[in-house]
Amino acid sequence: MDAINAEIFTLTYGSMVRQLIADLEDVNEVNKQLDTMGYNIGIRLIDEFLAKSKTGKCIDFRDTADKIAKVGFKMFLNTSAAVANWNADSTECSLILEDNPLTDFVELPENYAGLSYCNVLCGVIRGALEMVNINVSCSFVKDVLRGDDVSELRLKLLSQMHETYPYKDDD
Amino acid sequence: MSLVKGRTCSESCMELLSLELVHYYARQNNIPAPAAVEAIGFRVGRQLAERYTANRARLGEPLEVIKFICKEFWAAAFRKQVDNLRTNHRGTFVLKDAAFRWLSKLSVDPLPPGVPAGPSPVAELARDYLILPCALIRGALVHLGVEATVTADASNLPACDFTINIKSRN
Repeated sequence: MDAINAEIFTLTYGSMVRQLIADLEDVNEVNKQLDTMGYNIGIRLIDEFLAKSKTGKCIDFRDTADKIAKVGFKMFLNTSAAVANWNADSTECSLILEDNPLTDFVELPENYAGLSYCNVLCGVIRGALEMVNINVSCSFVKDVLRGDDVSELRLKLLSQMHETYPYKDDD
Repeated sequence: MSLVKGRTCSESCMELLSLELVHYYARQNNIPAPAAVEAIGFRVGRQLAERYTANRARLGEPLEVIKFICKEFWAAAFRKQVDNLRTNHRGTFVLKDAAFRWLSKLSVDPLPPGVPAGPSPVAELARDYLILPCALIRGALVHLGVEATVTADASNLPACDFTINIKSRN
């Protein structure tokens, strides 16, 4: 992967969030738009991930979460996330971001406490997984910008469509 | 000397973000897209110029500023230097990049058969994607004390010409 200095990217993202706040005047609407933009990015980003990551097919959802955290975040943002807090059925987990380049130059004023600044990431993950037939919901439950110790993304598996043809050897 | 230091991310992050930025504003009916993208880029240009010049002597004359933009700024933001710089010595500078990085992946959908092509469909498409880099450059110039307008012409892709018109000081 070609690497660039991250500041031009993180500053552009920040400037965009600022513009969205100015245009939409409502943080909930901004959160929603960031998620939608992320989704549109995710459905394109997955192509590059599949083409360049050289990873094989995921065995299960645990494997998927690991690949997002260790390969995906590394490939694009040059950081990695920890996977934790699995539920008993292995359908829900948390991605914990200790080091998030998107927040490098960011401080949230108190009146924007409702803003989920990095919400684009939720959309990216949702969009990318949807392209490989995995439907998830994804949202921030902890955010360093709102005073939490880490940023935590909650990832929930909703449904998984299996391709039936021609993968008979799995039966 | 490279101004790139510290953290890195993949180039595709920036590509995907600027792509979606253009698409997002194209989808909005009530917000003038060029103005919004321009505002976003202008802020970033100022911030980058501030960061890139933090440890150096003040740039004085506009020509010095333009040279800085062509070399260090261009290399840090667009990954190579400007290939050719021309001026009329009356405040107009033309910066030619023989392979402008941010447009390297631009491609036009093939037209359905029978539809006549416009004069330059690629240049037409490129216009939307050039608002951000133009604003970035203008922001950097303003931060360094040069009020100017920046326009771009991509009719000979992958080459791209950026024209800087310095506003005359009265």
